[in-house]
This record gives sequence, structure tokens and C-alpha cells, in this order.
Amino acid sequence: MGAKKRKIQNKPNIATRVKSYFISHVQVFFYSLGQLSRAPLSTLMTSMVIGIALALPTGLHTLLKNAQQLSGGWESTTQISVFLKRNISESQAQKLKSDIQNWTDVAAVQYISRKQALKEFQKLSGFGDALKALNSNPLPSVLIVKPKLTDNSHQLTQQLLNRLNQLHQTDKAQLDMQWVRRLYAIMEIVERGVLILGGLLALAVLLVMGNTIRLAIQNRSKEIVVMKLIGGTDAFIRRPFLYTGFWYGLFGGIIAWLLVSFSLFSISGPIEKLTLLYQNQFALSSLSFFTTLILLALSIFLGLVGSWLAVSRHIKEIEPE
Amino acid sequence: MIRFINASKRYSSGFDALKNVSFHLAQGEMAFLTGHSGAGKSSLLKLIALLERTSRGQVLINNYNLAKVSRRNIPYFRRNVGIIFQDHQLLFDRTVFDNVALPLIIAGFSRREVGKRVRAALDKVGLLNKEKKYPITLSGGEQQRVGIARAVVNKPPLILADEPTGNLDPQLSAEIMGLFQDFSEVGVTVLVATHDIALISQLPYRVLTLEEGKLISDTGAK
Repeated sequence: MGAKKRKIQNKPNIATRVKSYFISHVQVFFYSLGQLSRAPLSTLMTSMVIGIALALPTGLHTLLKNAQQLSGGWESTTQISVFLKRNISESQAQKLKSDIQNWTDVAAVQYISRKQALKEFQKLSGFGDALKALNSNPLPSVLIVKPKLTDNSHQLTQQLLNRLNQLHQTDKAQLDMQWVRRLYAIMEIVERGVLILGGLLALAVLLVMGNTIRLAIQNRSKEIVVMKLIGGTDAFIRRPFLYTGFWYGLFGGIIAWLLVSFSLFSISGPIEKLTLLYQNQFALSSLSFFTTLILLALSIFLGLVGSWLAVSRHIKEIEPE
Repeated sequence: MIRFINASKRYSSGFDALKNVSFHLAQGEMAFLTGHSGAGKSSLLKLIALLERTSRGQVLINNYNLAKVSRRNIPYFRRNVGIIFQDHQLLFDRTVFDNVALPLIIAGFSRREVGKRVRAALDKVGLLNKEKKYPITLSGGEQQRVGIARAVVNKPPLILADEPTGNLDPQLSAEIMGLFQDFSEVGVTVLVATHDIALISQLPYRVLTLEEGKLISDTGAK
């Protein structure tokens, strides 16, 4: 009524209302926290569910990043073994070696004669005695070619491999790091899998959030009715529930961070032992600052969206009788 | 202030709660709405508070047709109507002060203004010393007065009361009515639904009587 017909004396001016709006946000922000702290156990349980759901993809993602970092070092050890035809003499092989060494995309070439190869094989394979039974040396001589590394080394290495294969002295040139490539392909699949898992678990968080807020709305339906009767807008009634979602999201994110950090910490010892056995220096890296930030932002976002969905659906259903 | 023009309300169940009700209540007027339970008193109040919409006819408040108030604007409209309920509708997890302050906080008053107005309203209903108490610790009459303080704290031009004395003894009822009289004397329009015939017969106010949804008697403006 009056709002349009005459100025109503009982309305605060616009500046006061804007100020009150922000103050009320701050109040509701802490009020909703206070409400949660009154039921610490159920708050903790809901946050734990969110935390665990988020910790899973986050942990896998971190492990994957570590694996990528670890295998990234292997690319630089790429080398091509060029097995020479058996009729190539030692001097011909030496000549070929110095030829290849002059190629622009080659960093180094090492020559392993048939005798050296046999000796090495006897030493490393454990088949020494079996080899002695053979009349002649079955091993070919080998040139180990290390390609120069550039940004698109993968493509260049492939070209180099083709050229080496086309040499008439070559029996077969073989890239030793083929398996690294396969590992990369596998990791790509795993990465996709983590993404899908993360998506599903994010959906689960939304549902958990929605259900929690739905229950909170039901518990406070009387309060909502009173608010509506005395002129509370939907936005006003929605606000405490949205902030509740915010807090759940934040707590869930923190719990996820703790879970992942603790898990990584607890497996870092054994991993260090393992890498030492491979004579490799590798320290498992934990969650980076950036990843932590994204984790928290994402979990808060999920908390807000989940509660928004529940609130906008259910608040309309509660009307004064 | 309140004008009903051939207003009817039929619920989706097919029940006709109000049939062709017409009357006009001027600004500052106080009136009783009476009739047996189920006669349509609550439905009539609900139409004014926009808890229900008319099926046919019109309800004008301050010459503004309520059919034109969109769902979004209902909260803003209700801020101009103080509603008092038989069951008080207080929030039991908040203090008396916080209960009464709620309409002001919703409207966005400053904290200082809220304090001032809440204490004025509590003073008016004689509960100034109970502001820190929780409603559950108060007597029925006191709870009702907290409900009244909350309804008037925003200084609405219109007050609706639905069986405000339903659970109170005659003396407390008379006190509550005294409060409504005071409000109407300062220009507030007051409409009180009650079936307490004994109480209203002692008071010199207009009486609207409903029976099976029809307005069967109106003693007229006094």
C-alpha cells in the first residue's frame, strides 16, 4: 500500500539501508558460524564427508603431478640404439660414428663393439655361461646416439630415428624410451580418470550439501514462516543458509587439504627409500600453494552452489498458513 | 484503509470460505470481526495480509488493489501490516528483544534506531524489563504482548489480530484490547478477529459478523 501512495514514515533512508545491508551480511556470516558451532559433531561429520570426497581427486591429482615430474626427467635420457649390420667392420663403424656425430641434431655418439657388448651382456644378464656355449658372438655392434634436446624434441627425435633407420649400415635403429611414451599415454588416461572421478565426487558434494541444507531448512521452517509473515524477503531468508553452505565448503576444503597433506607425508618416507634404490634423487612434492587455493575455492563454491540449489527449491515451499 | 468489494474466496478443495464480502474500514478505525469458527474470519484476514488471494472481487488497502502486488513485492507490502497471532509466532531461540527487533532488522534500520524503537515498543506493552528474557520463560499474556510489540515496532498503518485473546483470562484480554484502543487513537487502523462476544459487547467499536462466509451484520462505523 502506502509505498506508492504516500511516503511512509517508518522506512529507513537509503544510506542507512545500504549500510545495514552490509552489516547484516557480516552478522549473518558469523551467526551461521555460531549456529554450526552449536552442533559441532554433525558439522564435523558433514564437513568430513565433503572433505573426503574432495581429498580423493585432489590426492590422485597430486600423485599424478609427482609421477609426471619424475618421468619428465627420463625424457632427457632419450637415446637411440643403432644396431649395425653384421658385415660392418670396426673401422667402418668408427667412420659412421664420426659421421653421425657431425649431424646437427645429434649430441653424442658412443660406439659399442661386438666384444664390448658381449662382455657387458655377460656381466649384466647373468647368462654368461650360456653364452660361452655358443660358437660365435651373436651380438651386433651398436652405436648409441643421443639426440640434442629442443622444445619439440619428440618430433625431432622421431625424424632422427627415421634417418638412422634408412642408413645402409643399419640393421635396426630403436628408440630406447618408447616405454616412457607409453607411460605418458597411460598417465594421460589416468589423468582423464581423475578428472571424471573428481567431477562425480563434486556432484556428490553438491548433493550432500543440498541435503544438509534441506534438513536445516526443515528444522527452521517455523522461523522461515515468521520471517515471511513480518516481511522478510526471500533473499533475507536465504542468506543464513547460503553462509552455512559457505562454512561447510570451507571446512570441507580444509579437511581435504589436511587429509591429502597427511597422506602424502606418510608415504613420502617409503617413496624416498624406493627412489634411493633406483639411485634417483626424488622428493615427493606436497600440495602447492596454488593447488591449495584452488581446492579451497572449489569446495567453497560447491558448498555455496549446493545450498543455493536447496534453498531456492525449498524456501518457496514453506509458506505461512 | 481496508475496502472489500464483493470479495470471494474459494479454496482449491471447492470450499467457499468467503462469499461476496463488501465493507470499508476507514483509517484509524478499529473494528471487530466475529463469527463462529469456520465462518471465514481467518480467511478474511489472510486476504488482507496476502497470505491468500481473492478468487473473485477486490481487496483494496489504502486504495491500492492487492491483486496488483506481485509475489516478489509481498514482503514489502507485509512490512506495512502488523499481524498478531493467537499462537504469538515468536521465535523461542531468541530473546524478547531480538524477537521484537526482527521486523526492523529486516527493514534495514541502523542498530541504534533498532534499540530505540524496540525499547519504545516494549515499554508500550509494559515489558521493558523483560527484554533479555527468552519467550519460553514468559506467561501467556506476556508472550502475546511481545507479539504485539513486534507487530507495532515498525509503526505500521494497519494492524490485524487473529484471536489475540484466545488463551487469556478476561482481565488480560481487556488489557490487550486496551493496547489496540491506544493504537487506533493514534491513527492506526485495527481489525481484530475474535469470537469472544462477551469481551466485544463491552466495547464501543464496530462489529462485523461473518456466517458461513457471508457478512451477515455490520454495526457500521462509530
